Amino acid sequence: MNSASVAARPDEAVHIAAGAPNAPAAARTGSHRLLPRALMAPAVITLFLWMIVPLVMTLYFSTVHYNLMQPGDKAFVGLANFEYFVTDPDFGASVVNTLLLLGAVIVITVVFGVGLALLVNEPFPGRGIVRVLLISPFFVMPTANALLWKHMMMNPIYGVLAQVALFFGLQPVDWLTDHPLFSVILMVAWQWLPFACLIFITSLQSLDRDQMEAAGMDGANALQKFWFLTLPHLGRPIAVVVMIEMIFLMSVFAEIFTTTGGGPGNESTNVAFLIFKQALMNFDVGVASAGALFAVVLANIAAVFLIRMIGKNLD
Amino acid sequence: MNSKATLALACGLALCGAAASATDLVIATVNNGHMIEMQKLTPEFEKANPGIKLKWVTLEEGVLRQRVTTDIATKGGQFDVMTIGMYETPIWGKKGWLKEIKPEAAYDVDDLLPAMRNGLSVEGKLYAVPFYGESSMLMYRKDLTDKAGITFPERPTWEQVRDAAAKIHDPKAGVYGICLRGKPGWGDNMAFITTMANSFGGQWFDMGWKPQLESKPWHDAVTFYVDLMKKYGPPGSSANSFNEILALYNEGKCGMWIDATIAASFITDPKQSKVADKVAFAQGPYSATPKGANWLWAWALAIPAGTKNADAAQKFITWATSKEYINLVAKEKGWAAVPTGTRKSTYANPEFMKAAKFAEAEKKAIDSANPNDSTLLKSPYVGVQYAAIPEFQAIGIAVGQQMSAALSGKATVDQALKTAQSAADREMRKAGYYK
Amino acid sequence: MKQLALLLRTVSAWVITLLVVFPLIWLVLTAFKTELQAIRVPPELFFTPTLESFREVNTRSDYLLHAKNSVLTSVLSTLVGLAIAAPAAYSMAFFRTRRTRDILMWMLSTKMMPAVGALVPVYVMAQTAGLLDSLTALTVVFTLSNLPIMVWMLYSGFKDIPPDILEAARMDGAGVWGEFVHVIRPLATGTLASTALLCLVLSWNEAFWSLNLSSAKAGTLATLIASYSSPEGLFWAKLSAASLLAIAPIVVVGWFSQKQLVQGLTFGAVK
Repeated sequence: MNSASVAARPDEAVHIAAGAPNAPAAARTGSHRLLPRALMAPAVITLFLWMIVPLVMTLYFSTVHYNLMQPGDKAFVGLANFEYFVTDPDFGASVVNTLLLLGAVIVITVVFGVGLALLVNEPFPGRGIVRVLLISPFFVMPTANALLWKHMMMNPIYGVLAQVALFFGLQPVDWLTDHPLFSVILMVAWQWLPFACLIFITSLQSLDRDQMEAAGMDGANALQKFWFLTLPHLGRPIAVVVMIEMIFLMSVFAEIFTTTGGGPGNESTNVAFLIFKQALMNFDVGVASAGALFAVVLANIAAVFLIRMIGKNLD
Repeated sequence: MNSKATLALACGLALCGAAASATDLVIATVNNGHMIEMQKLTPEFEKANPGIKLKWVTLEEGVLRQRVTTDIATKGGQFDVMTIGMYETPIWGKKGWLKEIKPEAAYDVDDLLPAMRNGLSVEGKLYAVPFYGESSMLMYRKDLTDKAGITFPERPTWEQVRDAAAKIHDPKAGVYGICLRGKPGWGDNMAFITTMANSFGGQWFDMGWKPQLESKPWHDAVTFYVDLMKKYGPPGSSANSFNEILALYNEGKCGMWIDATIAASFITDPKQSKVADKVAFAQGPYSATPKGANWLWAWALAIPAGTKNADAAQKFITWATSKEYINLVAKEKGWAAVPTGTRKSTYANPEFMKAAKFAEAEKKAIDSANPNDSTLLKSPYVGVQYAAIPEFQAIGIAVGQQMSAALSGKATVDQALKTAQSAADREMRKAGYYK
Repeated sequence: MKQLALLLRTVSAWVITLLVVFPLIWLVLTAFKTELQAIRVPPELFFTPTLESFREVNTRSDYLLHAKNSVLTSVLSTLVGLAIAAPAAYSMAFFRTRRTRDILMWMLSTKMMPAVGALVPVYVMAQTAGLLDSLTALTVVFTLSNLPIMVWMLYSGFKDIPPDILEAARMDGAGVWGEFVHVIRPLATGTLASTALLCLVLSWNEAFWSLNLSSAKAGTLATLIASYSSPEGLFWAKLSAASLLAIAPIVVVGWFSQKQLVQGLTFGAVK
């Protein structure tokens, strides 16, 4: 059951399978059709229940006037809640900021994640420690993370980044005032980079080294090996990272609330923050539900878009 | 259920019943120093009241407010005692969500500061007992003002403050003339800016509930604020709230600071402040009127109407806000650490006045703040630095975001006020205050 | 040449890692400072460490209760989640149909609703079921929140296993269970470990539902941290100490599992 004994089998396995290409496929269809469904059933059923009840309630709330501070009032108002949500003056900016945040963090984490995973793919002294260290920012709680960055790193007077800038004779940057969205992107990317690293590191373990060596002997250089062998192998994990991050990044708001409060102006307001404003400041469950449904629509659009770009890698 | 199961259940319940003769009080509170202290003194209460066990849920202010509001509005019943502010009390009291509090004579409810008692009552009925109260005041570095030859009257004008800031502003020496809040939030920057607008003669809503953010007093106040901060404030102000400025002040980087009176207890504490002995106090500055120039806030303990442990809850909240409790804290931690701003007897106590150098200024500030009369023109709302209407939180943060934009130069004052006005107008219209 | 490449790799890996982890190092340093030292400008790199903040955190909050709750909910939700997700991922990876990708996308879409928008429905549900402030509610919520992630990650990992190996196992007469135990499990240890670790961390750090569905008894470490954020007064040393106490168990788990994390298919490496 250890890797040595398994690794000894692939050669045999390939020969055997090559000899009888169609037989396994035929053996699989008939009697095995019930089995896959049974295996999937628990996941599908539980998720369905978990999704359907809040969804139906949210749909219901979004069409009525329901403010926690005014109980008893549940009059049907049709699409008025939706209208109120999308006519918020910050709405347009929030959609743009949401997509910017999404795109920037995904790009940063994937690019640096792949780079770092490749870097630690070969053995070197202290590799084990480095791998654990690289994953560690993911363990910090988002609120602690936000406060850490806001006070200890980014404050233009007593933050560490400011001190470093002064050390080099430069003017400290007022991160949260002048570049609020970028600051938030930085914080969130820092927290999600370890996630991407972890997935890529794990995936690189299954990279076929025989193939790599053979390509090297055929005269391929490092860049070609990367482009034609490594990158396609990483196609699926990249797709997984992108899709999972998309889901989480859509609802980022703890970092924003703690650091910039959505401002200055609406420069760091995103859709989740708008929903939060309605749900937990106004306690208007009706409008918040409408906003939540809108967020689902937005996420679906983003998903369709992303699937078009990287979807085939999932197969 | 079959009979065996029923029997088992009954036995289980009986056992539970036997074990649970103690009442568990679940208390939601904010994580400020005084509350933490109260938590530490839990054993004292439990000793004096056997049969009641205290269970604490401590959260940061914003999260606490969201949590308890969600619970009380959906009748979740998770808490027996809630720590709420002067903002929620009138609103929830009117809705009948809170139990009226009728303390015993020994509690001496008349000893409560009138401003506190009135702020926490609706139509004469007390709905929450104040645990800790505060106002706002000017805290300045006496060593710097002495060097520049400045003296402040008891309540300076805004012009005097600006001139002083200009004189002591010295970034090369690491001192900024004045530090003020800028982080968006109805209780963050807007608490301060509202008092400033009040003192310029402004108000949030006129008697017809129309927002007044484009009125002359607001325009003048915000222009003054932005100008003052641009010239004499520290960088990063638009993300600064209480804690950030406290850190700056304690490191000696602020020449002046206008904020909650509790700040005074931190900046005069040698264990955490470099400038502990160099601080002096004055009342909140004004321009057109001193009304509403300093705010009024209390953290108070209230009992949700749906709780099953009302008696135990009342025992607790009257214990925690009593004279005996204040004496207990004084014995354990010294007079400078007692929760202030609630009782006249505290301020009449010479040991307290000696230990807390800020006490006199603080009492003056609290006495001068009246939530029922805080604006030059008559207002339809209650509250000094906020309007006690449910819509205010969302309006406050939207306006706060715009003020932050003006402060950081991303929008002109006029643009910011215009956007703020339309945001406020939108919410008020939706809530049905006017068509 | 090889030596130079190794040196370059080592140096660059260490430098980049230290840069990336620097904020965390700062957090650790701050945890051992007093509040006054924590706000000093310029920040202190060398100082006498003190356990004052840790002591304060310990006396003030019931660390053990919160830690116990965190461990219970995270571990249970991860185990239950794996039990449900692994078969589903297995099915989708090795018995692929036209609908597989649709089901994957649907699973992901169950997470598209921002939690804050679903707060009231879920709160009311929990209250009706009498499950407010219970570990059951939290475990259920964590499991269901992480399920789509688990399915996706396991699916991706299973797809990395060459089908030929499975063929060989089937040729040898292994049933589904045999396949799973003898072939999949060893090969996919890396994926299983990293999925488990990830979901453990996601549950551990989950703050929104932990805060809203718990009060006196079911609070997790995430709610503990919430009590150290932004009170009126200096708090950074205490917050750092509390954060350190909160992430310490997870880092230990991560450390011990890092061998499993990178086990798995090592074609050609064992020669």
